[in-house]
Amino acid sequence: MKIAFTTKGKGWDAEIDPRFGRTEYIFVYDEESGNIEDIDNSGVSEHAHGAGPMTAQIITEKNIDILITGNGPGGNAERVISAAGIKTIAGAGGMTVKQAYDAYKNKKLN
Amino acid sequence: MKISIASGKGGTGKTFIATNLASYIAERENTVLVDMDVEEPNSGIFIKGDNIHSEDKFKMIPEWESKNCTLCGLCQDVCNFHAVLKVKDGIMVFPELCHSCYACSELCPHSSLPMKPVKIGTLDHYRKGKLDFIESKLNVGEEQAVPLISQTDAYADYHLKNKIRICDCPPGTACPAIESVKDSDLVILAAEPTPFGFHDLKLIIKAMQKIGKRIAVVINKAGIGNDDTEIFCRENKIPVIAKIPHYRKLAVCYSKGELVYDRFGFMQTEMGKIYSHIKEIAK
Repeated sequence: MKIAFTTKGKGWDAEIDPRFGRTEYIFVYDEESGNIEDIDNSGVSEHAHGAGPMTAQIITEKNIDILITGNGPGGNAERVISAAGIKTIAGAGGMTVKQAYDAYKNKKLN
Repeated sequence: MKISIASGKGGTGKTFIATNLASYIAERENTVLVDMDVEEPNSGIFIKGDNIHSEDKFKMIPEWESKNCTLCGLCQDVCNFHAVLKVKDGIMVFPELCHSCYACSELCPHSSLPMKPVKIGTLDHYRKGKLDFIESKLNVGEEQAVPLISQTDAYADYHLKNKIRICDCPPGTACPAIESVKDSDLVILAAEPTPFGFHDLKLIIKAMQKIGKRIAVVINKAGIGNDDTEIFCRENKIPVIAKIPHYRKLAVCYSKGELVYDRFGFMQTEMGKIYSHIKEIAK
């Protein structure tokens, strides 16, 4: 599975950004290959509108299977994410990426 | 002649001034009152007339047709509002984000994004004596007020051109307020002399000066708050053309949806002062 996290920084110890559209970074972890990637999403702050769909589009382009985030995406972003068949897991706000991943693996997030 | 009644802060008396002023002027000449606050129009609470025309209002939104689309992605590249996105093997359109600029539709090499009308609200035209009243209502959930505001203005331009027009504008300094005062010969700012009212008045003054609008201030609820508003206006040479006192009996009438321009002597006086100022500018 390829998993995307909305984060406030880089790497496994970064805190989950509870916001979806305006998340500062996106952390991508490919469970099969073990590869990780930090995507800088700070450019979105220049846009007054449409942050949700923009961030969602970045995620769809990475062929993500699962999205782990805090508050969950808004209506427009949700349309993009469901169209791409990505499963959203919310409620990880305040955790680090590592904690959120473990919580997801232990089925403590859904 | 187009006169806009605007304010920074909400609740300072835009509708109060607009409805009473329009009714006062309508006893003297043909007048049009337009409620530009399409998100929450309330001039209609005070103005009752015969409904002479109703129409639905639309905005144009692109609709994706997959048939000839090659998924080149040009549409999303030319969209400044992220309203068109290529997602996997499809194009998604977000109507709430779309500004109806036609760029994606016109530039699509395969004509795969034809523009289609989407209803955004309604417009009603009422008449009561010499007063024409136009009120538009934006559908609940519709995010953009500007397209309906500009169409409401266009309706008045087309059908009621040579009459004095009073526009009840939305509050604030954002796009709806700016769109509403467009083409105004005078913007009358309804000011409430409280610290909060004063703070937001300065914002709207700055906005109006930036877009080069002639402004005047009407102090409403005079007697509450402090003198900062008047001192500021004097120092910055902004004319204070009328002062409506904070008066309980008047507020009671307003709360019942009643017009007061002809029920209190001081209202006749103050409305007369505003009317004279307008006439002075029209010369």
